[in-house]
Amino acid sequence: MIMNERIIGQVKRINGPVIEVMGITDAEMFELVWVGREHLIGELIKLDKDSAVIQVYEDTTGIAPYDPVYGAGMQLSVELGPGMVGTIYDGIQRPLETIREISDIYIQRGISVPSLNRGKKWHFVPTVKEGDTVFGGMVLGTVRETENVLHKILVPPKDHGILESLVSEGDYTVEDVIAVLRMKDSQQKTLFLMQRWPIRVQRPTKKRLAMDIPLITGQRVIDTLFPVAKGGTVCIPGGFGTGKTMTQQALAKWCDADIIIYIGCGERGNEITDVLTEFPKLVDPRSGRSLMERTILIANTSNMPVSAREASIYTGITMAEYFRDQGYHVAVMADSTSRWAEALRELSGRMEEMPAEEGFPAYLPTRVAEFYERAGSMETLSSDQGSVTIIGAVSPPGGDFSEPVTQHTKRFIRCFWALDRNLANARHYPAISWLESYSEYLGDIESWWSEQVGQEWLADRTEIMELLHKEVRLQQVVKLVGPDALPDSQRFVLEVCTLFKNAFLQQNAYDKIDTFSTIQKQAKMLHIIVTYSRRGSEAIRKGATLIKLRKMKVYQDIAKMKFTIHNEDLSGLDKIEARLERSMDQLEALHV
Amino acid sequence: MSETKDKSLLSGREYIGVDKIEGALVFVSKTHPVGYRELIECIDREGNPRLGIVLESSTNFVVAQIFEGTSGLTLPGTRIRFSGKPLMISISKDMLGRVFNGLGQPIDGGPAQRSDIELNVNGMAINPTAREYPRDFIQTGISVIDGMNTLIRGQKLPIFSGNGLPHNELAAQIARQAKIRGTNTEFAVVFAAMGVKHDIAQFFIRSFEESGVLENVALFLSLADDPSIERLITPRTALTLAEYLAFHEDMHVLVILTDMTNYCESLREISTIRGEIPSRKGYPGYLYSDLAELYERSGMIKGYQGSITLLPILTMPNDDISHPVPDLTGYITEGQIVFEREMDGRGIYPPIAGLPSLSRLMKDGIGEGMTRDDHPHLASQLFAAYSYVKDVRNLASVIGEEELTPLDHNYLEFGKEFEQRFVSQLKDEERSIEQTLDLGWEVLRTLPVEELHRITDEEIEKYYGR
Repeated sequence: MIMNERIIGQVKRINGPVIEVMGITDAEMFELVWVGREHLIGELIKLDKDSAVIQVYEDTTGIAPYDPVYGAGMQLSVELGPGMVGTIYDGIQRPLETIREISDIYIQRGISVPSLNRGKKWHFVPTVKEGDTVFGGMVLGTVRETENVLHKILVPPKDHGILESLVSEGDYTVEDVIAVLRMKDSQQKTLFLMQRWPIRVQRPTKKRLAMDIPLITGQRVIDTLFPVAKGGTVCIPGGFGTGKTMTQQALAKWCDADIIIYIGCGERGNEITDVLTEFPKLVDPRSGRSLMERTILIANTSNMPVSAREASIYTGITMAEYFRDQGYHVAVMADSTSRWAEALRELSGRMEEMPAEEGFPAYLPTRVAEFYERAGSMETLSSDQGSVTIIGAVSPPGGDFSEPVTQHTKRFIRCFWALDRNLANARHYPAISWLESYSEYLGDIESWWSEQVGQEWLADRTEIMELLHKEVRLQQVVKLVGPDALPDSQRFVLEVCTLFKNAFLQQNAYDKIDTFSTIQKQAKMLHIIVTYSRRGSEAIRKGATLIKLRKMKVYQDIAKMKFTIHNEDLSGLDKIEARLERSMDQLEALHV
Repeated sequence: MSETKDKSLLSGREYIGVDKIEGALVFVSKTHPVGYRELIECIDREGNPRLGIVLESSTNFVVAQIFEGTSGLTLPGTRIRFSGKPLMISISKDMLGRVFNGLGQPIDGGPAQRSDIELNVNGMAINPTAREYPRDFIQTGISVIDGMNTLIRGQKLPIFSGNGLPHNELAAQIARQAKIRGTNTEFAVVFAAMGVKHDIAQFFIRSFEESGVLENVALFLSLADDPSIERLITPRTALTLAEYLAFHEDMHVLVILTDMTNYCESLREISTIRGEIPSRKGYPGYLYSDLAELYERSGMIKGYQGSITLLPILTMPNDDISHPVPDLTGYITEGQIVFEREMDGRGIYPPIAGLPSLSRLMKDGIGEGMTRDDHPHLASQLFAAYSYVKDVRNLASVIGEEELTPLDHNYLEFGKEFEQRFVSQLKDEERSIEQTLDLGWEVLRTLPVEELHRITDEEIEKYYGR
């Protein structure tokens, strides 16, 4: 794995992270390059006769004209192999823990460290044998990377041939040769536990599959009202302080993906520290192991070089595709894609390109589309099934959703969780607006829900959504004439909606029980509230008063059921439902 | 090629005459290879040196910005000397108790700074894995901050204010009163003024003097009549000292930066002169990254005793919170304290708007063992109730107060009590966290107990009923 390092030119002009190079003889687009004697890492992004433009992933202070530029002879790539899970990387896949051992608390320049630990030995168990014909994407064997993750060692996608040799079960480093492949043209190719893949190129698959299984997040407003399918794409836009990061972190904690890739793109350093301190302590409800054992973090905080921010998104998605190719369901949280778009804008501006809307380059929508299209539920090359779900946060300036990044993202996603400033101000979290948000996956996954929790789920959901929309119209009336002007039947609608918002939609991420709800709990809670609504309006029609309905003792139980009923034992919900039915029977009996 | 010779040999070379001067920028051609962001000295006809740094370097020309401004410079008479190194300042603990300009040169008549330690003012990015997650509660003695928007040691919490609002008073009050309870570690205040008026700087100096802490304060003043370009380096100089004090001298440092809006305007000025493509309202596209470079220098680090708590003050142009400066700041900082002109008009000090204000680090710094067990739920309930008050007030303004339900009247009463008793306090009044929380319960008692959805039954028994 030796790189072909050579001088490809000299620095001509420096403008922040963008460097013009002259005297180019041989270089390829997106080639990995190093600048100056300090070997600052960069990528070649434009070629023009004998000159080129490079974006540098480190601070360029001190770089001067005529400094040498070296080429690596390969595109900017990531290393894929055992040792990624549980690691925190920067935007170009340098492990930050290792960097810290070298350069202490600050990230110094020109540090070159391998992405995967070269010394560590992994226990490899082959699943094929010598003489077998293998093809790209086929599993050669497995490595138990963490208790949660069985890392499948794949033949690199483009390779195809007969296994001339294969090591036996044993411990190997990522650089030990584990197999030799005789290719069609009778050339030999050595295979390792690790492989490289250029970050800007999508990894191949056999075909796209239908997306009919939801990604269960344990967040009621998402799973019940605006579900996302495994392999789907979501956009979470919201101004500052509306809880984008809180929502992203809640999903990273509780969603039922096999691998989580969390990209902190241009965000706060302390948020990454928060994840780093909290995740190892949290237990995955399904495997009983630490959440860190299925998580990969990519941190390019806002004070780290801007061009690495641009690359971090691609680094993350390439890793996700690699695990998908092993047949896993991967969820990618990108927080925030606006910072990535702004990095594009900054680099484009420095290259003096013609700007389109708000200074963003004209190719912004193309880039956004390319990124989101790398999500999907796929049949892998080895005929397995895997998926990549992308959940991208957007930080619209001033909280205004009409800005270019939100608008272009909306064109390429199918699920939209709009964060609402007013809800956040009232500390209603998750502050996902039930009026502005939508999910196009509902039709695809409703049969899955019905199988899991029963037929009535869809009817309950439809009913509550109707009530929420009705409430908006009623609130407009209330704003003009006050609530007393409404008849009890309509005031009861307001009452039910308030109950639903407080008891169901609002979810406390810091409460041990409430932080996560199983789909069974969600469906039952929804059904109880809908029953309260149906029976209550019937009672009002028969002459009961609103006060009576509100003073019902079971009302308080419903209001607090999210905190009191454990996910493991839902019998309490059945009891609440039975009591609700009884109380309603009694109330109606008074008004026959 | 001769140009590839060791740069340091050429760095002392002086060039006479520049090609172009525009705003604070000078353009020089036919130089030796000059490093990006290198420090330069620009010597005017009288022989006075002015400092600057290289903004763009190429084989043909160099663009540099001059911090002390370009007024009086001539094309043929200006001499440029390149230093071959970035802008460094000489740092020592003795800087506490002194007054400097934006470049770290003393302006209090005292002797110049002597120290062996020279640090690059641009700093470096802290490795996220080296950070310690901040969770130590700072008691500011101000109820609405301690109770509802708690400040945490190592946090960056800006004050979003407007012209004529008492943000300086609040910042001075926080600087005077802030303490970690039960500890007695060394602390320092680093104060950087960018484009503010003389009397405001004087106000802070007097306030520090009166509370007897002036020997623990270092002031960096780049006032309204100083060249606007100097403002760009002022916060960097201040933060470089803060980093030294926090991570070499184990001190807890509070950094006050005022006014960040002026800083951003200087940045826009330079960007416009260079002909860069603007993004929103003419500000450069890299405003976010530039602000992040400053704000992210705060925090705590594993294995180090000290900390940097950052309190930037900015005035929102036209009180518009969606203006790029507060907007981008809010995306970087860990919350914000927002001032409301309407509250100020009603004589409430501090006029902190309850709902848009937020402290992101609050959740891990409050509760049992840190402040008091009831704190998290109490704060959440106060927010929820106050948010409903706003709805009721809107309703009342349409249909009249008489038409409101009895419950809504309770809420109006609560709103009044909350603003008059809980939020409002004197400029020298210091309330302990217990006093603040007890006051919170007192105002909550204007509401019937059924309305307290966010409080547990035990807490109601323990605190509400008292």
